[in-house]
Amino acid sequence: MTTTTSPTTTPRPALTGALNLARTTTTAARVLRQLRHDPRTIALMLLVPCVMLFLLRYVFDGNPRTFDNIGASLLGIFPLITMFLVTSIATLRERTSGTLERLLAMPLGKGDLIAGYALAFGTLAIIQSALATGLALWFLGLDVTGSPWLLLLVALLDALLGTALGLFVSAFAASEFQAVQFMPAVIFPQLLLCGLFTPRDNMHPALEAISNVLPMSYAVDGMNEVLKHTDMTANFVRDALIVAGCALLVLGLGAATLRRRTA
Amino acid sequence: MMNYSSVRSDPPDETAIRAETVNVVRGTRHVLRDLDFTVPRGQITGLLGPSGCGKTTLMRAIVGTQAKVTGTLDILGRPAGHPTLRTRIGYVTQAPSVYDDLTVRQNLTYFAEILDPGHAAADRRHDNVTRTIADVDLTSHADALAGNLSGGQRSRVSLAVALLGTPELLVLDEPTVGLDPVLRRDLWNLFHDIAASRGATLLISSHVTDEAERCHRLLLMREGRILADDTPDALRTRTHSETVEAAFLHLVDEATAAARAKETTR
Repeated sequence: MTTTTSPTTTPRPALTGALNLARTTTTAARVLRQLRHDPRTIALMLLVPCVMLFLLRYVFDGNPRTFDNIGASLLGIFPLITMFLVTSIATLRERTSGTLERLLAMPLGKGDLIAGYALAFGTLAIIQSALATGLALWFLGLDVTGSPWLLLLVALLDALLGTALGLFVSAFAASEFQAVQFMPAVIFPQLLLCGLFTPRDNMHPALEAISNVLPMSYAVDGMNEVLKHTDMTANFVRDALIVAGCALLVLGLGAATLRRRTA
Repeated sequence: MMNYSSVRSDPPDETAIRAETVNVVRGTRHVLRDLDFTVPRGQITGLLGPSGCGKTTLMRAIVGTQAKVTGTLDILGRPAGHPTLRTRIGYVTQAPSVYDDLTVRQNLTYFAEILDPGHAAADRRHDNVTRTIADVDLTSHADALAGNLSGGQRSRVSLAVALLGTPELLVLDEPTVGLDPVLRRDLWNLFHDIAASRGATLLISSHVTDEAERCHRLLLMREGRILADDTPDALRTRTHSETVEAAFLHLVDEATAAARAKETTR
């Protein structure tokens, strides 16, 4: 064992501001580095949505119009579900392993940590969405009137929303078992009410009212706008802003669940 | 070369930790009761006591992660939990808190980047990480995943994280549990070296009483109270004991007898 050197001249680092770019990006890089040691998770994240779309295409083999509708909606829903699962487990691990407590005892802002996670999983979501969108448009014949870039934009916002929801619910899960159970609790009701199975205005008025306040409804509406219109419509902009706003709101709530002091 | 102490913004003070009537209640349990003590700077203070006596809660209060701490608790001249203390304190929890799916070097590099961010500091960070890995004797395992290391090796990775950034106060919760005697001796040499060469203050909890002999001062705890606050020599002399362990047992028996006497007179 070597001995320590004389005192070093490390200058006192600046205190945590609202957001520190270097600390945010280094956190994102760390999260991605952790994932790199787990290639199976990466493969599952990227390939499962593609396989599902492929399946769906041939389930509706005789009815390509249905595939267009459901396929476009699913391009928005997949990133949300995957990111929800991955983020809730990853942040739960961070909470239970003691690394979260250690980080919060260091000069890391809560915003840095959350933005770091959002950045890392957002990058992965871009790759996942690009693969799924490309496959659907060019190989499975998904017929979209609008620009594929808009599809990708909604998919990315959905991924961000999934990250935000995952981060938030991880605060209420004491174990990985509970975290996984939050998926049916938080995601399935939205899935049923988002207009994927039947248009939202055909639902019972009470359910329609509920669907009006669930963010996934706007994710699917946004996808359908791109499906039917060549231009960026006012409705599309509204839907995209609502999804983005919800994501930021839930990220903020998630930040509030990170406590420096715990009982 | 700049002197480390000249960087310090507050006036030099010989006290690292000052506690006055510190109380912590967790749920219905009164974990810490009216603690009054001081820990001098630049020395190794051992925190001893049976498990469940409140050692970890006290350490968490000192590093500022414990909620509901009442009383006065000043660390390095600031109230515990003050944001400016975050770079000045290193804390090692009992269970190693590192990322199992990163290598030793990746773990340390990440935490170093949090403590000392920016491109300009890259070389300094690299040297710091390499030195710290050598300090805990893990150079040959630097590129192994933390999850694949043995228990003792993982706790040394956790210790290494706390040694980054040359903290002025190191709070170590049972850092030598499960380590072989050779490694334990080496780590204690390292602790003394850190205290001597950097002038750092170390607060180390343990329930291995032979380690207590290697501390400059001892805080003996029992059921949330400080039983004694003295040097090992003074404790042995006061209790007419050969070892710190015997002194500790003597004090525990004395306290139990006193508590029982109080019960019967009631």
